[in-house]
Amino acid sequence: MHDLSVTQLAQGLRDKRFSSAELTRAFLQRIAELDGQYNSYISVDEAGALAAAAAADTTLARGEGGPLTGIPLAHKDIFCTDGLRTSCASKMLDNFVPPYDATVVRKFRAAGAVMLGKTNMDEFAMGSSNETSFYGAVKNPWDLERVPGGSSGGSAAAVAAGLAPAATGTDTGGSIRQPAALCGITGLKPTYGRVSRLGMIAFASSLDQGGPMARSAEDCAVLLGAMAGHDPLDSTSADVPVDDYLAGLGEPLAGLRIGLPRQYFGDGLDAATGECVRAALGEFEALGATLVDVDLPNTGLSIPAYYVIAPAEASTNLSRFDGVRYGYRCAEPVDLHDLYTRTRGEGFGEEVKRRILVGTYALSAGYYDAYYKKAQQARRLIARDFDAAFQQVDIIAGPTAPGPAFRLGEKNDDPVAMYLEDVYTLAVNLAGLPGMSVPAGFVDGLPVGLQLVGRHFAEARLLNVAHQFQQATDWHTRRAATGGSN
Amino acid sequence: MAIEQDEIEKIAELARIRVDAAQAADLTRRLGDILAMVDQLQAADTADVEPMAHPLDATQCLRADRVTEENRREAFQAIAPAVEDGLYLVPKVIE
Amino acid sequence: MQWETVIGLEVHLQLATASKIFSGSPTTFGAEPNTQASAVDLAMPGMLPVLNEQAVRYAVMFGLGIDAEIGLRSVFDRKNYFYPDLPKGYQISQFAEPIVGRGHFEIQLEDGSTRQIGITRAHLEEDAGKSLHEDFHGMSGIDLNRAGTPLLEIVSEPDIRSAEEAVAYLKALHSLVTYLGISDGNMAEGSMRCDVNISLRPRGHEEFGTRAEIKNVNSFRFVEKAIRHEIERQSDILEDGGKVVQETRLYDPDKDETRPMRSKEVANDYRYFPEPDLLPVIIDTSYVEAIRETLPELPTAKRHRFAEQYGLSAYDAGVLADSRALGDYYEAAVAACGDAKIAANWVQVELLGQLNRSDLELGDCPVSAPDLGGLIARILDNSISGKIAKQVFEAMWAGEGTADEIIAAKGLKQVSDSGALEAMVDEVIAANPGQVEQYRAADEGKRKKLIGFFVGQIMKASKGQANPQMVNSLLAEKLD
Repeated sequence: MHDLSVTQLAQGLRDKRFSSAELTRAFLQRIAELDGQYNSYISVDEAGALAAAAAADTTLARGEGGPLTGIPLAHKDIFCTDGLRTSCASKMLDNFVPPYDATVVRKFRAAGAVMLGKTNMDEFAMGSSNETSFYGAVKNPWDLERVPGGSSGGSAAAVAAGLAPAATGTDTGGSIRQPAALCGITGLKPTYGRVSRLGMIAFASSLDQGGPMARSAEDCAVLLGAMAGHDPLDSTSADVPVDDYLAGLGEPLAGLRIGLPRQYFGDGLDAATGECVRAALGEFEALGATLVDVDLPNTGLSIPAYYVIAPAEASTNLSRFDGVRYGYRCAEPVDLHDLYTRTRGEGFGEEVKRRILVGTYALSAGYYDAYYKKAQQARRLIARDFDAAFQQVDIIAGPTAPGPAFRLGEKNDDPVAMYLEDVYTLAVNLAGLPGMSVPAGFVDGLPVGLQLVGRHFAEARLLNVAHQFQQATDWHTRRAATGGSN
Repeated sequence: MAIEQDEIEKIAELARIRVDAAQAADLTRRLGDILAMVDQLQAADTADVEPMAHPLDATQCLRADRVTEENRREAFQAIAPAVEDGLYLVPKVIE
Repeated sequence: MQWETVIGLEVHLQLATASKIFSGSPTTFGAEPNTQASAVDLAMPGMLPVLNEQAVRYAVMFGLGIDAEIGLRSVFDRKNYFYPDLPKGYQISQFAEPIVGRGHFEIQLEDGSTRQIGITRAHLEEDAGKSLHEDFHGMSGIDLNRAGTPLLEIVSEPDIRSAEEAVAYLKALHSLVTYLGISDGNMAEGSMRCDVNISLRPRGHEEFGTRAEIKNVNSFRFVEKAIRHEIERQSDILEDGGKVVQETRLYDPDKDETRPMRSKEVANDYRYFPEPDLLPVIIDTSYVEAIRETLPELPTAKRHRFAEQYGLSAYDAGVLADSRALGDYYEAAVAACGDAKIAANWVQVELLGQLNRSDLELGDCPVSAPDLGGLIARILDNSISGKIAKQVFEAMWAGEGTADEIIAAKGLKQVSDSGALEAMVDEVIAANPGQVEQYRAADEGKRKKLIGFFVGQIMKASKGQANPQMVNSLLAEKLD
């Protein structure tokens, strides 16, 4: 069962080949057996999952329910879950059990999905390797010596290893797409504002976006349909109608213009990875699409702009973690200042502290114009590049990451080298565009991702393009060898 | 832009993060690397470019002035580190 | 040296919305601690703000009330600092693009003279919670019920020159915002809190001196005392050749002094930047114009109209136009009696005096405006004297009925029957031959005094109900 797609599982449930309870137990058992080696889950909610599965079975028995009724899923541990610890992979929230659900979680519950548990991630989503987690690094199912990518590395590894049919992730600078690429699954970062951020613990408010991670574009379409929509409790949520993403999956690609940014195929791209990506693009031509070179001249600004804007927003988003109302509190503070500095000094990990300090610096008196304002201006230049490119093409394609999964610890010591991992993904967040990563081949047995970027709110088109590609290729069906009993 | 250790200490104080003396030098070096990378921004010609705070040119929607929240003090304070008589306790606040 | 005082005021006005500025929690004052603090107000992880339309509307109303430029685009920013009553570690405020720009309004001083005071800006922001300092084993308690209550911060130009003007400014502001109905203006409950920026400069100099900021002065009286104290403190320093330090001070009403705030000593770097969880607030002119249509007559306009239409002094017009309710009461009393000046006198002296003595608000006044007008009408038609009227008013206050009912029930109607009066006059003349002798012997000047004796006797005999004009003329006639 763990090899089936979400749509196949839904069919199986409807055909009564298995019940949601059986399905859920099978996944719980796989997690118990196999997750010791991946460390993809932070919390597993066996009782909650079985109760939800039983409820789903009742619904299904009445002949009711939708495409997600009874389907087990995992949520990144950044989405607040009522009554279940939500840690953001930080010591700061190790004891935090929210008395509320994130809107995304609430929507999946309402759709009848079964939550298996909460997946591991980089602490507060700050990282590209899942090594900053308070709960330890996640291992890539294709090679246990390698990182799964980050920050949604737990979700990516869980899906890749068959420990969940699909999962949610969040993407601030590539945190869905890069781990999806490195773990050989399909992930979609929607347009900024497409999915509610309420109850999703903020990293960088103007960049964060939740999205689906699954084995195929079709499964992502099912999940996005449940996640997307306007939320009156999130002021930045877009009041734009949600397309029927599944219904849009049948469009042929003839006449589609695909833009290849010159800047995405230059120095810094691993040669073998580049080959995979070019070969995949050849498939699109075979499907009737036209490849067009485009220019994104300000691509070089995306890393510095991002590493001002994201830390600046994060530095103040994380001010609420002060040991007063919830979460970690240092032992026996001698005064208020001690409470703050020790709680935060002890509760946050090193990368989080670095980013808070960089962000604080960028916003501080005398530096605001040189850093923050300048970065916001660079952001507009980057967004204009995409606007111009989309005058010529329908979607933009390129590599998701500069290379396949790297070794654990390899980039740990050099934050700046780690930041380069997101060189192709950051600009998409800065411009608020939807982006996907789809499996596009292998380098030395490690998956390579192809990134597809669309216009604002063009998720339906992106999903269809990815789906057409997946109809013609089988990269997305390849599975890492995992063992396990079912 | 190079950053000095005393500047890091000032920033850490603003951010209310205790930095141990042992970590300070290492932190200064790493932050220096990050800021050096970020300084690539200075080369960009941004004259007359309007800063972009949000990716979509959307505007704020307004909520009707209605009370929609009920008292959930018990649930919220069940997860608080220190409460008494319905108040959150902190070391003495001096004005 | 002659020093000139330069004062600018920052007033934090709580807006009278039902729910908070960014959440659906109630804003009622005085609830049990933390029972009105939602997940948003507590800055629970993942919580997001959504702006309350009524707060925007109230800010626009204020802007129109001070003739200000309205920011058709305004932007919220984060003001970052750590304090236990500030759950997010930042306050959502407006920094670079406030909703209300430059404006002005008129204040009136005790002597009836007026001045225009400039308003630099007014912006929307959220209130913080409260730290309670009573001892919890050496700890402070934090109540976040107030966190997220909408505030309009109103910043004046440094146009104010004395404690008296500062108080007049605050009173005028209080009057304006309560007219508009955008705040209850209840200073005791903290609905209107004031920070005073104050500096001295040699008279005639243009350049400002170094200022001190006095935080959270929360009554008209304390504002006056705090300013007087601070002027003295700063002039002492300057006279001694010292320098005023730019700092934040706290007024201690018990000791009547200001002292530096310890917590704010560290130079703050608030790291303002646009709040990414909120989008720019865009309103259009039709929205603003629709609000303008709903504005009531404002205090300054009403004051000027009262002076002109009713022939009142600037002072009287100011008192009567001070609150919308009092102005309405006054005008209803005038309508019922037809004499604006006597009505002005009655409302200011008797009505406000009685309210004050009984510690009542106008809304709780037991005597309605038409009833007061009815009472005044009885003075005007000579049914009762002014003196008896006060007696009747007391009875009305005690709920004994309308003026006419009380006059009838107590037989207070003035005796204007000339036959009855003549009999009384004759009786008194007959009973006091000595005084009559004296009167007749006296010259014109002394007679005026001596006649008072006879009037007094007659009023006594009539229990005050004799018509005084008639008594006077009868006496003059009979004694001559």
